[in-house]
Amino acid sequence: MSSTFDTIANIIAETCDIPRDSIKPESHAINDLGIDSLDFLDIAFAIDKAFGIKLPLEQWTQEVNDGKATTDQYFVLKNLSARIDELVAAKGA
Amino acid sequence: MRLEYFQLIDRIVDLKLADREIATEATVPTTNTIFEGHFPGFPLMPGVLLIEAMAQTSGWLVVAVNRFERMAFLAAVKDAKFRMFVTPGHKLSVEAKLIHEGSGYVITKACILFDGKPICDAALTLRVLDFPNAEMKLRMREAAARVGFPAEVPANG
Repeated sequence: MSSTFDTIANIIAETCDIPRDSIKPESHAINDLGIDSLDFLDIAFAIDKAFGIKLPLEQWTQEVNDGKATTDQYFVLKNLSARIDELVAAKGA
Repeated sequence: MRLEYFQLIDRIVDLKLADREIATEATVPTTNTIFEGHFPGFPLMPGVLLIEAMAQTSGWLVVAVNRFERMAFLAAVKDAKFRMFVTPGHKLSVEAKLIHEGSGYVITKACILFDGKPICDAALTLRVLDFPNAEMKLRMREAAARVGFPAEVPANG
């Protein structure tokens, strides 16, 4: 799996005290790992710092609330990794 | 401080938007019923209220950065340290600096000084949301006027 996923998984393990080996690319941060919105702020902060980006949490939340996206698209970790790679690429473009 | 209204900040002393920094002043009242219980015969400003002073100072900074369009709500307190007792009458300097502006949240580092000496400090997480309703925004405007929030927030502090 990509190093992006490894970085995210390590952040989640450290931030939320979740065993690292239980965090899989297919894991859903909310439904499988039980991460709540407050803990996710800590994760977002660490991700923002690690990748030099700003995770668009408000936009994602709005899209989910409006039915334009599912939480899987943003919170399944392999998908989150892909979104982060896109943000990093957009930043460097 | 107007403890009975939970308004802990007396005035904004300095606001540097470009540097994402703010300084406020807060004087602990000489008498208050809080001191009858905390503690009888030995009045001390409760540490939780010092945290609230740092949160309110951070909040004014967030409001300024967002041009009074959004509001800050305390979400987390980390690494809070209380280094000395604060007693009635103490004139406190409260400082806060934005260290990260995320999507819908900020992280600040805040501290309180007395006579230039650090009293307490903490890292605060605040959610940044639209004002829940028009009345709250109006009341916040009134509170802003009371603490000397600049009528026109300067672009570069």
